[in-house]
Amino acid sequence: MKKKASRATTEDGVQEIWKGLHGEEGSTIPLLQKVQSKLGYISPEALREIAEAMGLSESEVYGIATFYSEFKLTKPGRHQIKICMGTSCYLGGGKELLEHMSRELGIKPGRTTEDERFSLETVACLGCCSKSPVMAVDGVIYGGLSPSSAESILAHLESEP
Amino acid sequence: MKIASDPQSWAKFRRKAEEAWLELLQGDRPLICTGMSTCGISAQAADVQAAIEQELKAQGIDAKSMNVGCLGLCYAEPLVYIRIPGRPMVCYGNVTVKSGPNLIKDLFLGNNLKEEALGAIDLPEMKDLHHPNLPSIWDHPMIKPQVRIALRNCGIIDPEKIEHYIARGGYRALSKAIDMSPEEVIEEVKTSGLRGRGGAGFPTGMKWEFCRRSPGLEKYLICNADEGDPGAFMDRSILEGDPHAVIEGMLIAAHAIGCTRGFIYCRAEYPLALKRLQLALDQAAELGLLGDHILGSDMSFDITIKEGAGAFVCGEETALMASIEGKRGMPRARPPFPANSGLWGKPTNINNVETLANLSSIINNGGSWYSAWGIGRSRGTKTLSLAGSVRRTGLIEVPLGITLREIIYGIGGGISGDKACKGILTGGPSGGCLPAAFLDLPVDYESLTEKGSIMGSGSMIVIDEDTCVVDTARFFLSFTQSESCGKCTPCRIGTRQMLASLEKITRGLGDMTDLVRLEEIANVVRSGSLCGLGAGAPNPVLTTIKYFYDEYEAHILQKRCPALVCRELIGYFIDELKCRGCGLCLESCPVDAISGEKGAVHVIDQSACIKCGACLEVCPEKFSAVVKRPVQCI
Repeated sequence: MKKKASRATTEDGVQEIWKGLHGEEGSTIPLLQKVQSKLGYISPEALREIAEAMGLSESEVYGIATFYSEFKLTKPGRHQIKICMGTSCYLGGGKELLEHMSRELGIKPGRTTEDERFSLETVACLGCCSKSPVMAVDGVIYGGLSPSSAESILAHLESEP
Repeated sequence: MKIASDPQSWAKFRRKAEEAWLELLQGDRPLICTGMSTCGISAQAADVQAAIEQELKAQGIDAKSMNVGCLGLCYAEPLVYIRIPGRPMVCYGNVTVKSGPNLIKDLFLGNNLKEEALGAIDLPEMKDLHHPNLPSIWDHPMIKPQVRIALRNCGIIDPEKIEHYIARGGYRALSKAIDMSPEEVIEEVKTSGLRGRGGAGFPTGMKWEFCRRSPGLEKYLICNADEGDPGAFMDRSILEGDPHAVIEGMLIAAHAIGCTRGFIYCRAEYPLALKRLQLALDQAAELGLLGDHILGSDMSFDITIKEGAGAFVCGEETALMASIEGKRGMPRARPPFPANSGLWGKPTNINNVETLANLSSIINNGGSWYSAWGIGRSRGTKTLSLAGSVRRTGLIEVPLGITLREIIYGIGGGISGDKACKGILTGGPSGGCLPAAFLDLPVDYESLTEKGSIMGSGSMIVIDEDTCVVDTARFFLSFTQSESCGKCTPCRIGTRQMLASLEKITRGLGDMTDLVRLEEIANVVRSGSLCGLGAGAPNPVLTTIKYFYDEYEAHILQKRCPALVCRELIGYFIDELKCRGCGLCLESCPVDAISGEKGAVHVIDQSACIKCGACLEVCPEKFSAVVKRPVQCI
């Protein structure tokens, strides 16, 4: 029952994207990427359809999706906060920044707040090592942060939906 | 017929590009350039640019606004260059939304030089345009010791304009290479002594020759832009600042090897690099520099971008190919080498971004020109990302053989805050930690390896007395442990065991047998892993034990962290003689562990304190009442 209902919601998306890739060899990862950029994550239904489109088993696709840190299997928040944990950021206060944000939002890294407003994640390196510590909010990178300046960036977002 | 297929229209196009470029640099219209690579953008360069444009409009000044890549002076971002007709561009650092518009006012109305000026950007193609009262940017202490070959255009041209690249001699090397036989090109690259800049340091010419000789009609070329090493950003800067240098390098390699199809495997964490690369590929294809009959020759070559999905191990070539094939990115045993059986079983050659960016200069100037720089078997230059506790952080390109001291104290301007240099982390999580005693060590592949570290992709992170090397080793291990793909048991289990031992030690729970165990496991992981991730994972542990044994002893025997970093071994206290009761610490404490009346001495409840350090951060410097001190753990 559940399966049927959810199928209808994603089918169009996956099929459409799959057609766009012209069934190219090795396109499982691009397909996952495109589905994620459309849905925000890889839902169980989408995963099933990707497997079907690629002629793979669901467990194979699951194995690929969980191998790469980019893919999310749970629905993320409306604003995505990524705290850089590269060497320079770690040594330059990134750990303290992560702990602070985790405390302020009341969630552990990898989780989403209950109101689905924020997701908190770590990222291996954003390549802005001379601006450490760095975080990205919805893809916008902010450098030279302190826990309080990072908080004020979020406070600005809080006023938006 | 495409422009580049016909020699006459191609020459005309080039001439027009050159004229337009010179007009930009020397013409009557003022020019404002903003450093818009990711590091500049993270320093709010876009806001600064908007503020400047608004001011220009308000003043009624008709100026051209242009985006450039990263000049490498990242510590001074955002960078803005301003050119007033009749003078060369002047580079200004640390420009803000406030100071930017003021600069415009002062310069265009009063024509004064401001003290924020870092230097004049005078380029060889400009005629008699030296600034009357400002030194050249190329004499800036951070840039003067550098030799910029791979970075020649970074921070100079608009990376989104192929005309700029062409105006500065771009794609000339490709014409020259196509006129040469593939063997001659390979010979030239061999003469240059160029070695893989991604980390392994394998001679590039030899790698090409293996793939060229490998039988097969269809051969692939892959550009490895999966710069996953935390602390490295040279490839990102090249891709964002000069993408055509990489594309031209790929074309030269494709001609030499006989490749028909190319891929650029770039990490998804670099959205701007991906965007500029795609734009550059489209421009090159439109002109006829990609596709069939390139530059009117028989050569056909196409390049597709493959976006990585976040796995450090995919920087390893066999794992990278598995990932392009759409599989889990796990390395496999070699042989067969990619040159014989690579992507989809076809002969494949993989080169790193920086390696490719060097090629056009090598072809234009000859292999022996390039090999004039360097030391021993390490020839030419290497880009390095300089970060950590140095005054001037940024992206640099130095001749191989330069000493660590010249990098840290010359280019980097010394340790920030006048602290003592403790050492330098080279080569990222597969590299090592070298102590300050090695400051006179030349930076080349062999010397670094001999000391237990590696060149790697070229990340250099300087550490000072406030960095705990045991905690740093733990940090690197936590990275390699979580990125281990799990294929080889020694790496999968060994990194976990090493991490557990290091966590014990940093918590003050270690004993001396942990050190013996760490070294034993490290040797097994190093020799029992298929790829560089496992083989290099023990390096941070082994080098720190070797060079900083006393710090391990302090953690284990005295339960003390000399750098006051390891949280279980330190506490935050308020000095009652210094505290003025301002209450800032009390307000900042996230767990309400601080008590005290306004104006009276405050106290931290040690049982409630989570040691986040917020109180230390906010305590005014004139009081400096909050202190970190070692505490005995149980």
